[in-house]
Amino acid sequence: MLETIGFVFPNDLHIHWSLMIVLYPYITGLVAGAFVVSSLYHVFDMEALKPVARFALMASLAFLLVATWPLLLHLGHPFRGVNVMITPNATSAMAGFGYFYSGYMIILLFEVWLVFRKDIITYARRSRGLKQTIYKILALGVYDTSEKAQAIDRKMVKFLAAIGIPGAFLLHGYVGFLFGALKSNPWWSTPLMPIIFIFSAVVSGIAALIVMYQVAMKLKGLVIDRACIDTMCGWLWMFLMITASLELLELVTLSYEKAEEWEIIGQLLFGPLSFSFLGLQMIVGVLIPFILLMIIVLMKKNMGDKVANTLSFTAATLLLIQVFAMRWNVVIGGQMISKSLAGLREAYKPELFGKEGIMMAIGIMVVPFVIIFVAEWLLPMFRYSEEQTEKLSENTTTYYE
Amino acid sequence: MEPIKEKRVLRERGIGMKDISRRGFLQAAMGASVLGALSAVLSAVVPGKVKQALASTKVQPEKVRTGYDPYEHYYSYIINLHKCIGCGSCVRACKMENDVPTGFYRTWVERYQKGEEEHARIDSPDGGLYGFPATTAGVEGVTKAYFVPKMCNHCDETPCVQVCPFGASYKTPDGLILVDGDRCMGCSYCVQACPYGSRFINPHTHTANKCTWCYHRVSKGLKPACAHACPTGTRMFGDIKDPYDPVRHIIEEERIAVLQPQLLTKPKCYYIGLDKEVR
Repeated sequence: MLETIGFVFPNDLHIHWSLMIVLYPYITGLVAGAFVVSSLYHVFDMEALKPVARFALMASLAFLLVATWPLLLHLGHPFRGVNVMITPNATSAMAGFGYFYSGYMIILLFEVWLVFRKDIITYARRSRGLKQTIYKILALGVYDTSEKAQAIDRKMVKFLAAIGIPGAFLLHGYVGFLFGALKSNPWWSTPLMPIIFIFSAVVSGIAALIVMYQVAMKLKGLVIDRACIDTMCGWLWMFLMITASLELLELVTLSYEKAEEWEIIGQLLFGPLSFSFLGLQMIVGVLIPFILLMIIVLMKKNMGDKVANTLSFTAATLLLIQVFAMRWNVVIGGQMISKSLAGLREAYKPELFGKEGIMMAIGIMVVPFVIIFVAEWLLPMFRYSEEQTEKLSENTTTYYE
Repeated sequence: MEPIKEKRVLRERGIGMKDISRRGFLQAAMGASVLGALSAVLSAVVPGKVKQALASTKVQPEKVRTGYDPYEHYYSYIINLHKCIGCGSCVRACKMENDVPTGFYRTWVERYQKGEEEHARIDSPDGGLYGFPATTAGVEGVTKAYFVPKMCNHCDETPCVQVCPFGASYKTPDGLILVDGDRCMGCSYCVQACPYGSRFINPHTHTANKCTWCYHRVSKGLKPACAHACPTGTRMFGDIKDPYDPVRHIIEEERIAVLQPQLLTKPKCYYIGLDKEVR
């Protein structure tokens, strides 16, 4: 018998949307966030982000490739899932998923190909054997690297990156809408939900890039670009403030209005969810990173590279936890409240093994990194151009390749 | 009043037609012939409304044989809370009739005990499957207590059908909300969208499951199992397209309420004597 507080509708005892449904918005958030970083360079010409621009794009693709896996694992009949695209129900928010996902996938694949096209051709000419065959396939039979062709490539990349931003927001804001548009659940039902999702997606994307970029540089023995880290920290700080404001705004409004649902939501947040909400999402996830990032942003002139890297790495890691906690608190928290609004579940623990368990979640989260490793092996993302090498050495930073 | 009684007799006989036993058949045949004669007399004497009523009834033997036309019906449900004694017969009947998995409920009964505290104390042990233990423990100075049977409201503006990604959940012409178990992929979106907690994912079939108002019975002229089993007449099932149906009369003439009216889901389950504590 499950422990409950108050009165829970007999059918509300079950958490149907499990850890997998927590993971799904987390992954699409990383997709959208990483894409935004790459677009800041490709569309808004933010030169400081050049070192991570290509990597961000590839990371976005790597996460997008696994985004559907948790959903399919969650479904009772995954093979029927294809009906979402064949016979969609026009009134269903969920019916758009297949189209948004595939549309975004096309944009992303096309942009990745254009960004790496010149490299692909170079490697196709340089390498031999199996590797050459792979590059030849990737080149899709186009070997034009003239200035004119490259200029067209750049224009196309800019265009795709530009339409990709609303695309990413649509893909992820839509996930927020899935929750926000359910009037049955007071903890989900708010028009703020898609906006909160989008901003926290950008937070998770930038945070993931700060972490992955630093780890990648360490693994490859390259020097971490300070300007890039500083820029990302600045953006992260801003997006964190917006996200935290929105998340708090939702609660403050509910409690100040003394809304009917606040009675139960308050009980949830300060009861069963107090660790993951107050502890992880708000204190560990917002307050500490906010202070750390503020230090980095305001004191960057007096700060050594090593300190800045450590601080940003810590803040970014905490923010990755914050966003995961936020997804958890929304998805699981929403189901812990009974629709009777008179009671809630005391706790929920996901299973360890099994198709929707913790091990499976970890397994899914490892796959994008495997994809990134393979991609890095095929198409190195961190090779600096000659001019940048010069610029780096001018800045008295040692650079090894 | 007379036509309603006639209608009842007709319905009873109609039900009898479905029994394959010799006795049932003979009873029904007798009933039908008596009613046939009666209707002939009635139609000769009072043509207007009565004739219409008899024509619209779905229990004439020919209708049963030729099949069921969902466009001729529109169902509603009345729950008279003044009558419910919390025996749980309906929950048991539903479990048996529909093979509802353990721990899940297509219908359930809640008990409310209002004392000195701000809110009523609510409980529903095993959905009321085994009735309720006689206790007022934990509630001081109980001033009122009542039972509230609940089930799918078969809402006209139902959020569950709205959110189903590809129409596995749908509304029938006679107003029922059903799930196509061969089509449902088990995404649970409808379960989340239902404000009444009426839906669940069947752990055996991994598809959405809910009250069907016993469509398999209703479409044969029978009552849903819960209404059939109710010993006090708390639960009443009826067809509002039938001008002489008692349920239609209650909806038209009595003061009734629905659960969570602010959500505008337009439930077709109407309550008599609903208290403000009930959501």
